[in-house]
Amino acid sequence: MQVFLTDVGQFAMLLAFGLSCYALVASLLAGKFGHRRLAVTGERAAVAVTALVTVAVMSLWYQLVTSNFQLQYVSSSSNQAMPWYYKVGALWGGQEGSLLFWCWILTLFSLVTVLVHRKRNPVLMPWVVGVVAMVTTFFLLVNNFVANPFDAIGVSRAGEAPVPWTPPDGQGLNPLLQYWAMVIHPPILYVGYVGFTIPFAFAIAALITRELDEEWIRTTRRWMMVPWLFLGTGILLGAMWAYVVLGWGGYWGWDPVENASLMPWLTGTAFLHSVIMQERKGMMKVWNMVLILATFLLCILGTFLTRSGIVSSVHSFAQSPIGPFFSSFLILMTALSLYFLFTRMEELKSENRLDSVVSRESSFLFNNLVLLATTFAVLWGTIFPILSEWVTNEKRTVGAPFFNQVNIPIGLFLLFLTGVGPLLAWRKTSLRSLRKNFSIPLAAGLGAGVLLVAFGMRHFYSTVCLILCVFVTVTIVAEFHRGARARRRQGQGYWQSLWILTFRNTRRHGGYIVHVAMVFLFVGFAGAGFDREKQQAMVPGDRLEISRYTLEMKEVESADNPNYSSAMARMQVSRDGRVLSQIKPEQRLYKTSKQPTSEVALHRTLKEDLYVVFAGPDQDGSRFIIQAYIKPLVAWIWIGGAVFILGTVICLIPNQHERAAQKVPR
Amino acid sequence: MDKRKIKFLAGSLVIVLAVAWLGFSSFDESVAYYKTVDELQALGDEAYGRRIRVAGNVVPGSIRKEDQGVRFTLEQDGHSLNISYVGKGLLPDTFKDDAEAMAEGRLLPSGEFQSTVIQAKCASKYEATYSQEALKQAAGQKQ
Repeated sequence: MQVFLTDVGQFAMLLAFGLSCYALVASLLAGKFGHRRLAVTGERAAVAVTALVTVAVMSLWYQLVTSNFQLQYVSSSSNQAMPWYYKVGALWGGQEGSLLFWCWILTLFSLVTVLVHRKRNPVLMPWVVGVVAMVTTFFLLVNNFVANPFDAIGVSRAGEAPVPWTPPDGQGLNPLLQYWAMVIHPPILYVGYVGFTIPFAFAIAALITRELDEEWIRTTRRWMMVPWLFLGTGILLGAMWAYVVLGWGGYWGWDPVENASLMPWLTGTAFLHSVIMQERKGMMKVWNMVLILATFLLCILGTFLTRSGIVSSVHSFAQSPIGPFFSSFLILMTALSLYFLFTRMEELKSENRLDSVVSRESSFLFNNLVLLATTFAVLWGTIFPILSEWVTNEKRTVGAPFFNQVNIPIGLFLLFLTGVGPLLAWRKTSLRSLRKNFSIPLAAGLGAGVLLVAFGMRHFYSTVCLILCVFVTVTIVAEFHRGARARRRQGQGYWQSLWILTFRNTRRHGGYIVHVAMVFLFVGFAGAGFDREKQQAMVPGDRLEISRYTLEMKEVESADNPNYSSAMARMQVSRDGRVLSQIKPEQRLYKTSKQPTSEVALHRTLKEDLYVVFAGPDQDGSRFIIQAYIKPLVAWIWIGGAVFILGTVICLIPNQHERAAQKVPR
Repeated sequence: MDKRKIKFLAGSLVIVLAVAWLGFSSFDESVAYYKTVDELQALGDEAYGRRIRVAGNVVPGSIRKEDQGVRFTLEQDGHSLNISYVGKGLLPDTFKDDAEAMAEGRLLPSGEFQSTVIQAKCASKYEATYSQEALKQAAGQKQ
C-alpha cells in the first residue's frame, strides 16, 4: 500500500506540473486573443491541478503517519515514537514537504479565485489564472525535479547506482519543533505568504489589460487583507513559540527568518492604509501598485533567503540546491512587475492632489513612508551579509542593536500616527478641530507620563511608548464614544449604539480595533525595558529570590516515555510571602536525536511573567541550575494578537448597507 | 514648484534623513565579521577590538563550566580556538560536544576569544542526509 500510494503521489505531482503548464499557456493565450473558451479550459486545468496536488499531499501524509522510512523525507523528519499530531505536522517540518504544502495552499487559493471571480471579472480572469499558474508551475517544477518529497533514500543524483535502503527508524522531527504552536504556526504563516499571490496576480492582470479603474482595487483589498491577517497571526505564533520553547526569554531576535516574514507584513500594512486614499480620492495609484508587487516579491525573497541556506539563521533549512531556482524566479517576477509598471505609468496618474500638510491625506502619506522606511531598514540588515560578501568579499553581519536602534523610534512614531491620523480631517484640518480632538488625549498621555516618572520609571523608550499608548487609546475610545453618544440621542441604548455603529462601517471601526491591538502590542514591547534575570545553582529546599517572587525548589523528578526522557524541578512560587502556584520547569532529552530541550515554566499575570528554566545539573552534578526571569507586560502581546484577529475579522465583514445591496437582485 | 509641494517634500525628507541617521549611527557598532578559526588567527593584531563571529565544532570533552562562565574549544579544519563565554544568558540546549557552534565576541591579546553570544546547531543534524558510507555499509549488510 505504501509503495502504491508513493507512486500515486509521485504521479499526481508530475501530472499536476503538466496541467499547470497547460493552464499557464492556455490562459495567457486566451487573455491575449480574448478567446473565451480557451480561458475556460485554463480555469478547468487550474482546478484539476488543485485536485492532483491534494492527492499528492494526502499520499505524503499517509507515508508520514504510517512511518514509511524508505522515503528520505519521512525518515529525516519523523520517527516511530512521535505522537500522531507531530507526524501530521511533519508535512511542513522539512524542506521538501513544506514546499509541497506551500504549493497545495497556492492551488487551494487558485481554486477559490476561479470559483469566486470566474463570472465577476471576465476580462481580468485569464490573466489572473495565468499569473497564478506561473507561480504554481514554478513550485511544482521545484517539487518534481529538485526537492522531491517522494524520493527514496539512497537515490543518488550524481549518476551513481542508487542504493535501496530502509532505516529501522527515522531521525524524528526536530525536538524544538515539537510544540503545539509549531504545529499550527507554519500553516498559518504559509497561508499568509502564499495568499499574497492572488493580489499580485490581480495587479499584473490589471496592468496588462489597462483596466485600472476601481473594480480591481476593490477586489484586491479583500484579497490583501486575508493573507495579511494570517501572516500577522503566524508571526505572533512564531514569537510565542520562541518565547516558550527556545528558553532564552525573548520573543523576537531579528533573525533573518523573522525579518523575512515581517517585511511583507509591513508593506501589506502600508497598502491597507494607502488603498483608502485610492478609493476615496483616486490618489497614490502607482504607490499602491508598487506595494502589492513588492509584498509578493518580498514573500518570494523571504522564501529564497530562508530556504537556500544563503543567510545563516537558527531556523534555516539545510543547504540545498533550490537557491538558484528561487533567485531566477525572483528576478523573472521582478522584471515582469517592473516592465508592466513602467509601461502603464500614464494610466496610473493621480486624480487629486495634496492640499495640506495637516490632513488625513498627509497622515496616510507619512504613515506609508515610515512603514516603507522600516521595511527598507529590515531588508538592508537582512541582506547585508550577502551584499557585503559580494562587494568586499568579506562576510559580515549586523546584529540586533542595529535593528533595535532603527526600528524602535520608527515604531514609536508610527504609534503616534495611529493616534493622530484617524482624527485629522480630509483635505485640511483647522486649528480649532485639532484643539477639540486632541486636548483630552494629549492631557491623558502627559498625565500618564508624569505618573510613570513619579513612580520611578526611567527607561526612556518604554516611558515614551507607554505615554503614546495612553494617548492613542484615549483617541480611539473617544471616537467610539462620540459615535455612540450621537446615536443614543436617537433613543437607542449606549452599548447597542456601539454595536450598530461598529457594523454600520466595519472597515473604519474594525480598523480602530486593530489600532487598539497595536497599542496592546506596544505595551508588551515596552515591558522589555524592565526585564530582570537571575541564575542560581540549587538543591531541593533552596530558595531563589527575584523581584517580589520567591521560588522554592521542592524536589527534582524524572520521567520517561518512548519519545523522550525528562527531568523536572517541582517549584513553589510565592510573592510577598503568599504562595501562588506550583510550577515544573523541565528538561527533555529526545531519544532519536539525542537532543536536549528546555520546557519553560511560566507564572503569568497581566503585570508580568515569571519565566523559569531548568538547565539541568551543574558541572559536578551536585546542584541544579535554575534560571529565572521577570518579563513585565509580555501577556499584553498575546492579548494584542487576539484583538488583532478580532479587529481584522470585523474589517472583513461587509458593511450593513453593502450586505443589503447584495440582496437586491441585479 | 508651489509651497505645498515644498512642505511635503521637506516632511518626507526629514523622515528619510532621520531613518538614515538612525541606521548609520548604529551600524558600525553592530557589524560583526564572520571569520573561520584560521582566518581569525591569520588576522593578528587587526582582529583585536572588532566584533567577530567565529564558527566551528565543539571539541568533545572541552566544555568546562566555571564560576565565571563556560570555557570550551572550537575546532575547524585542524585549527582550534579557546573560547570563554561570559554572556548573561544560558547556553542553548543544542550546545554540547561535537555541536556546530557560532561564538560572537572579541579576540583578546592572550589569544583567547571572549564571547557574549553563543548559538549552536544540533549535532544530530536537523534535516540531515545519510552519508554515502552509511548507505554503502547498510547495503553491504543486506547482501
